[in-house]
Amino acid sequence: MAEDALLVASGLTMRFGGLVALDALDLEVRSREVLGLIGPNGSGKTTFFNVVTGLYNASDGSIAFEGGDITNLSPQEIYRLGITRTFQRSRLSLSLSVFDNVWAGNFRNLDQGLIHNLFRRKTLRAEYERAVEQVRALLATFDAHLADRLFQPAAALAMIDRRRVEICRALISEPRLLLLDEPSAGMTHDETAELMDDIMQVREKLAPFSIVIIEHEMNVIQRITQRCVVLNYGEKIAEGTYAEITANPDVQVAYLGQE
Amino acid sequence: MRVPLTSRPVLLFVVAALVTWALAWALLGAETQLEVLALFCVTVAVAVVAAKMKLDAPVAAAASSHPRALGIACVVGVLALAVVFHEDHFPLLLLCSVLLYITACLGLNIQFGYVGIVNFAGAAFFGIGSYTAAMLAGHTGLPHVLVLLLGGAMASLISCVLLLPVLRTRGHYAALVTIAFATLFRSFLEVNDALGGPQGMRIPALNLFGWDLGADHEWGELFISFYDNYVLFALALAVLAFVLVRRLERSWMGVAMDAVRTDEISAKVYGISIARQKIVAFMFGNLLVGIAGATYGMMTGYVAPNNFTFADSLILVSMLLLGGLGNPWGIVPAAALILILPEKLQFIQEYRFLLYGVVIILILLFRSQGLLPRGIRRYFPNREAARG
Repeated sequence: MAEDALLVASGLTMRFGGLVALDALDLEVRSREVLGLIGPNGSGKTTFFNVVTGLYNASDGSIAFEGGDITNLSPQEIYRLGITRTFQRSRLSLSLSVFDNVWAGNFRNLDQGLIHNLFRRKTLRAEYERAVEQVRALLATFDAHLADRLFQPAAALAMIDRRRVEICRALISEPRLLLLDEPSAGMTHDETAELMDDIMQVREKLAPFSIVIIEHEMNVIQRITQRCVVLNYGEKIAEGTYAEITANPDVQVAYLGQE
Repeated sequence: MRVPLTSRPVLLFVVAALVTWALAWALLGAETQLEVLALFCVTVAVAVVAAKMKLDAPVAAAASSHPRALGIACVVGVLALAVVFHEDHFPLLLLCSVLLYITACLGLNIQFGYVGIVNFAGAAFFGIGSYTAAMLAGHTGLPHVLVLLLGGAMASLISCVLLLPVLRTRGHYAALVTIAFATLFRSFLEVNDALGGPQGMRIPALNLFGWDLGADHEWGELFISFYDNYVLFALALAVLAFVLVRRLERSWMGVAMDAVRTDEISAKVYGISIARQKIVAFMFGNLLVGIAGATYGMMTGYVAPNNFTFADSLILVSMLLLGGLGNPWGIVPAAALILILPEKLQFIQEYRFLLYGVVIILILLFRSQGLLPRGIRRYFPNREAARG
């Protein structure tokens, strides 16, 4: 195990009945790195995210985050430790405003008490005014026009803007680890490139956090990741830099099929 | 120089408020069914003409840029109705019922509109409030303020029984749980002799700190119906409930509840406790319903199982849908229409549930967002309007 490990999965196994979605997976995410998680469809990438974020309970194995065991904690507890994620299919609340959608990602830092919310309107107003500035600033990093659309329903946004809002929701609480589930899905080549640049730009400004990215667009992986892990049938078949894994014959077989 | 009417939003708002008030006054005072039908046609005509002249948008804009004006207009309007009808019991009784149903619907709105639990047992919780008030006011010497609060607290506590199945189910299944409860509740009342069985029981009139709300006032020629007392109290209650529900919506809890309704998975992943939001919404909602029910029981002086049927729960839900789910303002016209029209149109009485069914189908078909659809959340509109 490396000195600067942020998240360590050991022997992580996830079974759904007879199907083994993750098979004794050992995976390590280091501090401040961008790790690519790749593999064919159904190889267990999203399942890994679901287990890490507590949506699924692991069948076996363990996950440690910043040295503490987080196996089978609830999603709320895991989020509070500083792990956030996006989803492969857009999961915004379309009827709510852009502000509401982004701010819904910040409950780690919000008082949810009934007394506070109903009767301390002055304090809440001060919090609200800071919140608007904070969300506006974050959105502006992605796109200046987006910051002007703070109080429009998310339903009014184009696909790329919805993706940006989703990523802002994942960033607003200043996470330690960001899990991106196929951010390029449904977007053009150029849009994806732009989005990635924006994410990296935000990352410079905040305390640098680690990213695990699931992605099929290999040029994205090549451009932004330092290391990659390749999954196939829930098992890790390769690990290394982009150049190393693309040269790996096992990976080529998994992706392109046997000759 | 002539200024087009559409550029005078404040004037338009005042005119709209006066027209609405006149219609409400005429409807409450109408005595023959022909008058009511004529009024109904006039209302539709006014609405159509306003829409054709494109006057509706500026009125809505005026209302939203002066957020307090609408509230003040409504309060003044109700007080004016209370003055005009000070001698007539029946219109005042209707007015009170509308105000108390608004309070109950505000409670249900937290559940259905915000956190997304459909409660088909609204009338049952309303009834729990009434019966609690009947027992406490009839058999103990507790101050009536406490009786009302305990009526609400009882509804809230009993709803805890439902919480376990409601939290374990979603959508239709949670709704089924509440339907089962509504049916059980009524059967329970009918066989329970201590609660008066099918005949129900009497409740003494509300008495708040020596103010007997059940007494008429007479000063020489001037006669004031005791229902005016209840109008004042019910109005205060409705305003209080409205302010609380509005504040809840315009807070972080409002965001959390909306997040739970729209997408439980992402709410969970972003640290929002689904269970906590549902518990708060369900208990707080039923508290309001119970208090409204307790007041209603003490006003009518009588509770019986027949007042709290499943059909009555459906009426509450149809008010929410007609008004516009999640918008507390929508409840006001919806409750008024759904309560007053059948009372005034006697020939409808027998078919009222058929009518409610038709109304709901029509709304879902042609205006699925309701009369006043919910807009984007504005947290501090008064301040934003002041800033310009």
